[in-house]
Amino acid sequence: MALYPGVQTDPAVTQSMLPHAALAHDDEYARDRHLTWKKFKRHKLAFAGAVVLTLIVIGAVFAPFLTHFDPNAIDNAWQGSPLAPGIAGHWLGTDEIGRDLWARLLFGGRISLTIGLTAVVIEVLLGTFVGALAGYFGGWTDGILMRVTDAFLCIPLLPLLLVLTAIVAAESTKAALNFGSIVLIIGFLSWMPVARLVRGAFLSLREKEFCEAARAIGGGNFRIMFRHLLPNAMAPIIVQATLDVANVIILESVLSFLGFGIQPPTASWGNMLANSQENITIAWWAAVYPGLCIFVTVLAINYMGDGLRDALDPNVR
Amino acid sequence: MLNYTLRRSLQAVPLLLLISVMMFLILNKMPGGPLAAYMQNPHITAADIERLKHNFGLDRPLYVQYFDWLGHTLRGDLGWSQVNSTSVTDAIMERLPATVELMGISFIVSLLIGVTFGILAAVKPYSMFDYFVTTFAFFGMSMPIFWLAIMMQLAFAVNGIHIPPPGYAILGYRLDITLPSAGIMSTDGGDFGDRVRHLIMPVIALALLSIATWSRFTRASMQEVLHTDYMRTAAAKGLTFMQILFKHGMKNGLMPVVTIIALSLPGLAGGAVVTESIFAWPGMGRLFITALLQQDFNLLMGYLMLTSVLVVLFNLLADLAYGWLDPRVKYD
Repeated sequence: MALYPGVQTDPAVTQSMLPHAALAHDDEYARDRHLTWKKFKRHKLAFAGAVVLTLIVIGAVFAPFLTHFDPNAIDNAWQGSPLAPGIAGHWLGTDEIGRDLWARLLFGGRISLTIGLTAVVIEVLLGTFVGALAGYFGGWTDGILMRVTDAFLCIPLLPLLLVLTAIVAAESTKAALNFGSIVLIIGFLSWMPVARLVRGAFLSLREKEFCEAARAIGGGNFRIMFRHLLPNAMAPIIVQATLDVANVIILESVLSFLGFGIQPPTASWGNMLANSQENITIAWWAAVYPGLCIFVTVLAINYMGDGLRDALDPNVR
Repeated sequence: MLNYTLRRSLQAVPLLLLISVMMFLILNKMPGGPLAAYMQNPHITAADIERLKHNFGLDRPLYVQYFDWLGHTLRGDLGWSQVNSTSVTDAIMERLPATVELMGISFIVSLLIGVTFGILAAVKPYSMFDYFVTTFAFFGMSMPIFWLAIMMQLAFAVNGIHIPPPGYAILGYRLDITLPSAGIMSTDGGDFGDRVRHLIMPVIALALLSIATWSRFTRASMQEVLHTDYMRTAAAKGLTFMQILFKHGMKNGLMPVVTIIALSLPGLAGGAVVTESIFAWPGMGRLFITALLQQDFNLLMGYLMLTSVLVVLFNLLADLAYGWLDPRVKYD
């Protein structure tokens, strides 16, 4: 039996999503893409999620054009107590030390979304590589790589992340360095589900006729792995990656909230909430909006992932 | 079966050793290393640090230090917690009951609500209730629990409704070090009702994610089982729906759920770190955060190894439970 039946990976991301045979012609690819898009649009909540997420991304990308406040500057109107929403041009008010909340939300969104995306890119590249090697070659390669994967899965993730980011936070004074280290740390500690997924897909794909055909015409191992097998395993990887962006955004916000992630004055949605608990009686708005941003973004991504799963599943018509 | 259990248990040994080496190396990378707690003290000079290093044996090569730590740990001695001025074992044991209480109650609540939601949603798919469960699951999975906790405090505590502000019990709402060591069972600080009221918000915050994921998983698993041939056969024999559901449906449908639940327990422990920090709950998660802020080497090492052992243990238990529940699974 499998040592860990259906673990860590979302239970619904399954092998059933693999295509039953490789598509032969370009027009079949096109028809397939068209069908995927049609199915995705039919999932109303997923479509709504995609729209909301697009708006949030636009807000983060065009942040400097959407506010004239500097996210780290303290407003002169601030006299020791936070400004309520609407006062002195601050639509959402200021935080407890007088920085514009709307500007910090926009610029903080840049940080939170970028960490989500880049950490997942690292995670997917690493996981795909490990999973592909293990699934394609099998034997002792598979044995060693999967034991390593198991070992990584046995590390308590959140405590270790906290320890590592605490070390980074103490050592790196530059904001960019802090940001990069957090991306690397999260990426390098969350590739295991992807590796399992890819390994499972490769184990079944390598037995298919088209793989044998590719080998018969003299394709090398790496060419077969990444040109022939990988495109056929993309569907579950895309779904897992989408859902993981949501997970990473939450993870980053937890780290920053506890004071170990992104260090102030740089804003992230998580660290904007760090002081909000003590100041909740004088500035409730500073506690509400950053969390709402995290929640809405993550919800939108989760619904999108759900829609993608249905859309990419060849068994769902 | 016995053979398999033994082999899996033996496999856990090198795994835990590997993890302990990694943790040891990582924690040594902390600025200041194992003496970091002393470095923050302005009265301690560089010469003192050198002397302490020598006294604690920290000037020896790293691998000697590791084997020294390992030897002591295997004999049940996790070292001295510099910050708490007790042994690490005492510091952890003092906080353990509060965490077990919080996690235990959250676990029972999630189990009851999550599994019930999942079964009911599977029995009547695409009904109003099913949509409610699905929506609830998505909201629960997307909710940053620390924000939910703050919002609950904003809604209830600040506005003076009966759910009390963070803390353990009214008298327990003191600084970290002197908090009572047990909740409902404790003999100091607040009456029984007071302690129960203090549990409401932390339990909601901690249980939400498990309710969401478990109900979704239970629904998927039960749905699959409800459409199998043997269920139709049971119906054809003339059994009532309840008989089919309980005798055949749940027996088969809940097997994979047991695995998922066992495996998500360590995650619950991670969530406890966050929940305990927000609600000033005097458990191990909070102890860990304090230890991290004050760089208490031995305490961090002890906590990390304890959680790793628990993760490995629950992985093993999940595997064994699966084989025990499902006679179709053969171990080799």
